[in-house]
Amino acid sequence: MKSKQSFILTILLVGLIISCILAIMIGPVFIHPAVVVKIWLHKLLGGLIQPDWTAIQETIVVDIRTPRVILSMLVGMGLAISGTAMQGLFRNPMAEPYVLGMSAGAACGASLAIVLGIGKIFGVFSIPAMAFIGATITIFVVYNIAKTDGKVPTETLLLSGIAVGFFLYAVVSFLKLIAPDAVLRNVVLWLMGSFAMAGWTDVKLVILPILCGIVIIYFLCRELNILQFGEETALHLGIEVETVKRILLVFSALITAVCVSVSGIIGFVGLVIPHIIRFIIGPGHHILLPASALAGGIFLILCDILAKTVSQPVELPIGIITAGIGAPYFVYLLRRRKKAISWW
Amino acid sequence: MLQTKNISASYRETVVLEEVSFQVEEGEFLGIIGPNGAGKTTLLKIMTGVKSPLTGEVMLDGKDMRSLSRKQIAQIMAVVPQSSFIPPLFTVEDVVMMGRYPHQRSRFTITKEDNEVVKDVIQKIGITLFGSRFINELSGGERQEVIIARALAQKPKVLMLDEPTASLDIKHQMKILGLVKMLVKEDGITAIMVIHDLNLAARFCQRLILLHNCKIHSHGKPEDVLTSQNLKEVYEVDAEVNYNTSIDSLQIVVKE
Ligand SMILES: Nc1ncnc2c1ncn2[C@@H]1O[C@H](COP(=O)(O)OP(=O)(O)O)[C@@H](O)[C@H]1O
Ligand SMILES: [Mg+2]
Repeated sequence: MKSKQSFILTILLVGLIISCILAIMIGPVFIHPAVVVKIWLHKLLGGLIQPDWTAIQETIVVDIRTPRVILSMLVGMGLAISGTAMQGLFRNPMAEPYVLGMSAGAACGASLAIVLGIGKIFGVFSIPAMAFIGATITIFVVYNIAKTDGKVPTETLLLSGIAVGFFLYAVVSFLKLIAPDAVLRNVVLWLMGSFAMAGWTDVKLVILPILCGIVIIYFLCRELNILQFGEETALHLGIEVETVKRILLVFSALITAVCVSVSGIIGFVGLVIPHIIRFIIGPGHHILLPASALAGGIFLILCDILAKTVSQPVELPIGIITAGIGAPYFVYLLRRRKKAISWW
Repeated sequence: MLQTKNISASYRETVVLEEVSFQVEEGEFLGIIGPNGAGKTTLLKIMTGVKSPLTGEVMLDGKDMRSLSRKQIAQIMAVVPQSSFIPPLFTVEDVVMMGRYPHQRSRFTITKEDNEVVKDVIQKIGITLFGSRFINELSGGERQEVIIARALAQKPKVLMLDEPTASLDIKHQMKILGLVKMLVKEDGITAIMVIHDLNLAARFCQRLILLHNCKIHSHGKPEDVLTSQNLKEVYEVDAEVNYNTSIDSLQIVVKE
């Protein structure tokens, strides 16, 4: 059992590295993998390797494709791990941060920024900043609606997330309605998610919150395992359930808000990846969390490669790719392996 | 070991317990009986700190329950709930190891002591054979044994059980209750158990509390609590209470 788990983790790690290299090779200009690796080593080790590549190749690898790959990897990891944490916490296969209304909140914040120009004080960051604020306020509101007598019952939380989400999407629809045509296109594109504009600034912006969030969630893996037996059992075994719930919620929300704010709404990663990994590896969060993170990173990098290449020279929004792959796969799981869905 | 003082409890407007006070000594096996809806589960929830009482207090090992953290409570008290949800694909050993949670300081490592306790407990309960099997693939009786093993892995001073034999066949009923009795006798554990079957209650518990109409109706040795008159008052049945020498215990036979 133990060796099978480390085997799977190793495979995923190797897969992640290979997808990174693939993503940098592929694009309008093809770059040989050996060149990619050499440029990386050159940059990392500070010029130990004699350059035998062109300046243009270096610019494409270092300034354009590497930040894009890192960003899609981080977002994929973040969405997958917060999905795993939410599903584990709520013992509900439908739970993911998006279901708690966060994507709607982010969409609403971003639409306000794009259509009405709210949030100008954030300058070039006005859209991600407003998306982040929207997502954060939403989870806070949803949480407080669901709170009764100092507790947050799971069912109420999910329902209030759905209700608030519907309301916010109504606001987004209204904003789309009043937006001029040129602006409308921007809203629609943002809502579908994309890494096309990714640069090192974005990476610097998100890397710390996402990695911190992932580490903190991982610290609670033992609690997540015990919570699978229900909240009352967890109390009896000595877990401060409400505190753990709050920490998991806050950090999943943080991760998701940060992800959404730089990449737009990318659905299905947080839902499908944890499912598949749980199905392969089993319910132990010690392995489930890191494996989901790795798989989420791989999945989003590969989806981004498709987004770049499928309809060249135009890029597809990555949200279309993830939904296009994720939704049918989810249905397949539902039909073929009912066990995976009726997990709890 | 555990004492309740003037406990009252309600769900919204409905009062379900009124002024319930009693005390359980160390190494005692107490049974709580009473008709459906008498408030047994509620009383157990209050004694385990899952529900807070309207008035009154619970003292655990000499300390006010409210002043203890969940972890501190779990180091003293383990609970076998009435029905517990069993998620799939956890092995029996995984589940029993979870009982070590209140004693674990490190978030990731498992100490030698943890491993030893788990091994001992599994052996004691007699579930060594299915240690590496998935708990969701076991029968009801076997699952209950695993849950009890998890409780024992907490090394508790007090063991609370809510109808632990409700869905078990007679063989497993005898086995589980015999086990609890042995733990009380050999390890000095204090056990408090809610149970419906009066014959089993009489046979295994040293002392009984009969709950009725939100209050303690009677309280004492089985032969003092399980009288025809009490059973008539509380359960509204005509019952004959005999002493059966072959099992050395009371035997209750309900007539019409
Ligand atoms: N969550 C609840 N909300 C409202 N009433 C409850 C709840 N749980 C139990 N009750 C009521 O409290 C009374 C005592 O219930 P309980 O303690 O479960 O009884 P017992 O375990 O003795 O059968 C019953 O009348 C029951 O209807
Ligand atoms: Mg009950």
